[in-house]
Amino acid sequence: MLNAELITALLVIGGAFLALLRAVKGPTTFDRVLAVNVFGTKTVVLLALLGYIGDRTGFLDIAVLYALVNFLGTIALLKFVETRRLG
Amino acid sequence: MLEYVADALMILGGFFAFSGSLGILRLPDFYSRLHPSGTSDTLGQLLILGGLSLKVIFDSSGDGLSVGKLVAISLLLFVTTPASTHAISRVAQLSGLKPWTGADSKEADFSQKEEDTNE
Repeated sequence: MLNAELITALLVIGGAFLALLRAVKGPTTFDRVLAVNVFGTKTVVLLALLGYIGDRTGFLDIAVLYALVNFLGTIALLKFVETRRLG
Repeated sequence: MLEYVADALMILGGFFAFSGSLGILRLPDFYSRLHPSGTSDTLGQLLILGGLSLKVIFDSSGDGLSVGKLVAISLLLFVTTPASTHAISRVAQLSGLKPWTGADSKEADFSQKEEDTNE
């Protein structure tokens, strides 16, 4: 019952929870941005794993989209923190 | 045999992902927290998605499109995770965040000694 995909998914969920704790706790803004970036990476991996477990290949498209949005969102957030403008 | 290789790769990748997040939670400084975020996260996603694509290849219903998407996600994360870590550290350094150099009392002593040697 407890196969390798399920164990890996549980480990990834635990790691995402720890990163979320750092995002809540983090003393500076950059700690929060870093933790949200790590959480996004974990989300992409978890989407691919859940697509394999539930046998839904459509989850892979969502994972590709989420990886792109995660990177661009991190860069936009950093630009806003540095210059206080989004232009 | 190859299914066991894929299982081992995936569990090893899950271990790296979990220990990287543990390092982000436990390490004392922002610049030291960059290290588990940049390295073990990249390695963890590479191992997990590699093992998953091996599993999809050797399944009975393995199709090439899913393997291609998995490889595309893996390459995308392999490029963008170190790039965003570098961008975060650069913005933090430009905005004047000082790195942690030890205990607080020791830090004051070191700064004073450095000023003395500069004179």
